[in-house]
Amino acid sequence: MFSPENEKKIDEYISHYPVKRSAILPALHLAQIEHGYVTDEDVQYLARRLDMRVNEVEEVVTFYSMYSRKPIGQYKLQVCRTLSCNLAGCDKITEQINHKLGIKVNETTPDGRFTLQEVECLGYCDLAPVLQVNFDYYEQITPERTEEIIEKLK
Amino acid sequence: MTKVLTTRFDLKGEACDIDVYIKTGGYQALTKVLKESTPDQVIEEVKKSSLRGRGGAGFPTGMKWSFVPKQSARPKYVVCNADESEPGTGKDRDLMRYDPHQLLEGMAIAAYALNAPNNYIYIRGEYWYIIAILEKAIAQAKERGYLGKNILGTDFECNIYVHPGAGAYICGEETALLESLEGKRGHPRLKPPFPAIVGLYGGPTVVNNVETLAAVPWIINNGGEAYKALGTEKSGGTKMFTVSGHVNKPGNYEVPMGYPMRDLIYKDCGGIKGGKQLKGVIPGGSSMPVFTPEDVEKATMDYESIASLGSMLGSGGVIVMDETVDMFEMTMNTIHFYKHESCGWCTPCREGTRWLYKVCERMKKYEGKPGDVDLLDDLAGKILGKSFCALGDAAAMPVQGMIKKFRPDFEKRIKQNFVQLTAAD
Ligand SMILES: Cc1cc2nc3c(=O)[nH]c(=O)nc-3n(C[C@H](O)[C@H](O)[C@H](O)COP(=O)(O)O)c2cc1C
Ligand code: SF4
Ligand code: FES
Repeated sequence: MFSPENEKKIDEYISHYPVKRSAILPALHLAQIEHGYVTDEDVQYLARRLDMRVNEVEEVVTFYSMYSRKPIGQYKLQVCRTLSCNLAGCDKITEQINHKLGIKVNETTPDGRFTLQEVECLGYCDLAPVLQVNFDYYEQITPERTEEIIEKLK
Repeated sequence: MTKVLTTRFDLKGEACDIDVYIKTGGYQALTKVLKESTPDQVIEEVKKSSLRGRGGAGFPTGMKWSFVPKQSARPKYVVCNADESEPGTGKDRDLMRYDPHQLLEGMAIAAYALNAPNNYIYIRGEYWYIIAILEKAIAQAKERGYLGKNILGTDFECNIYVHPGAGAYICGEETALLESLEGKRGHPRLKPPFPAIVGLYGGPTVVNNVETLAAVPWIINNGGEAYKALGTEKSGGTKMFTVSGHVNKPGNYEVPMGYPMRDLIYKDCGGIKGGKQLKGVIPGGSSMPVFTPEDVEKATMDYESIASLGSMLGSGGVIVMDETVDMFEMTMNTIHFYKHESCGWCTPCREGTRWLYKVCERMKKYEGKPGDVDLLDDLAGKILGKSFCALGDAAAMPVQGMIKKFRPDFEKRIKQNFVQLTAAD
């Protein structure tokens, strides 16, 4: 279900804990990186691999906001909306993306490349406003730089 | 000003390399305790330092460590809380990405004091690149014999594993964090028993914030008394503050406890952006009641001073707001956060945060009903102290604080006031 490299990583994670189940969060991250979202097969497979029931895996997936059970864009554009980013003008970043890609919050471009999301504090408050694209952070972002970043990814 | 935590920040990440860390005095404290001290002596030294937890609650660290039973049928654990999700806070991020070994050394010393062979860093999943930094540092430390089995030729064993979270503020609460580490949803546990007695996998567990553990090597090297002397009589040492919002130089600052808040904002951070007037400051992360400019003049950055002015030092997230800020909007933004992050376990918090948001929605459109401001205050009061865990209080306190200090910003959202105001124009 996973690439041999990620299979090895899951083994490694399992070895960190006295119970297999503890590896579920890191393993779900790997699933999402490899498949774009957490697929039905991932849920079934990880349940078997980590001695969990399928609904136990589902419960975990739905609790944590970083996981998606549905296909989403190849690039997740996440704009922080919380206090410090709000003070630093994060609304302008979201508007720029609305305008540039023609998508609103929680929408994906028709070509499946970009999804726009508003998220809560990302721990970059002193460097606000911040945009996260998959696992990359862009600090003190402006509407102009947002446009450049999207151009590069297109 | 003496620096404890940020001495290697100027190296801009070079100290991630173990050679640089060692050259700048790293791993001396661990070497020292393994040669010279018993576990109890380490705990005594930390008690003397008067170090208090930097994760929010400010619990005395040495005392927490001493609660852990000496003998235990189940393994003991040290868990580092690197979930860092209190809005306004980004200090643990820099402590980990600029000086990861300092944290590892502090954790290893804690593990020695408690006799815990396997230990975890629970880090928020968004900090993915910092996970890589930590894992590399762990591998290096293992190679050099500072982690793993038979550390520095003794029979002390200490392993550290990095565990990524996945986007849930509640997992910063220590018992929810332990549930999450066990592979479950992050719902808090009933306390007592406290984690020091029954924690991870049922074993006695110390949960400490990144900044708390990162201070430990300095305390061992220089002595608890010396650390304490850096701060005030009751709040020892130094503290990191993340300053964000309308200042000229936002950033992370390490200052001695007792440092004037005014100096932090006007000297270190270069004052208010664009020469505007200050309107308010949230002193300790989004959960804490707001300060007016008058409070700021009186406040010093230590637990006692901030508490005497009706707020808390919390996580050290200082959010500065200028005269253009509408405090109703800030409050609504905060409520959105807590509504989103409520884990849904108990009714006052789950339903209360939704109700608060609902009232805000009509006020946002200047369609508030007479009595809505009191309704907000009242709803917050029904969450405060009546929820299963401290997230409920964290949601309620800032709402009450904002209404108390900036009531006009709320009153103008009431429809009939708004109509009167615009008619008078
Ligand atoms: C809702 C909530 C969120 C919290 N988030 C964090 C956090 O992100 N990081 C942290 O260190 N402590 C957080 N805490 C505090 C922890 O429960 C715990 O007190 C702390 O990790 C203990 O470490 P310390 O004694 O070193 O501060 C949070 C508490 C609550 C109630
Ligand atoms: S207070 Fe909120 S976060 Fe805490 S247990 Fe209740 S619902 Fe969950
Ligand atoms: S408020 Fe946006 S990163 Fe903290």
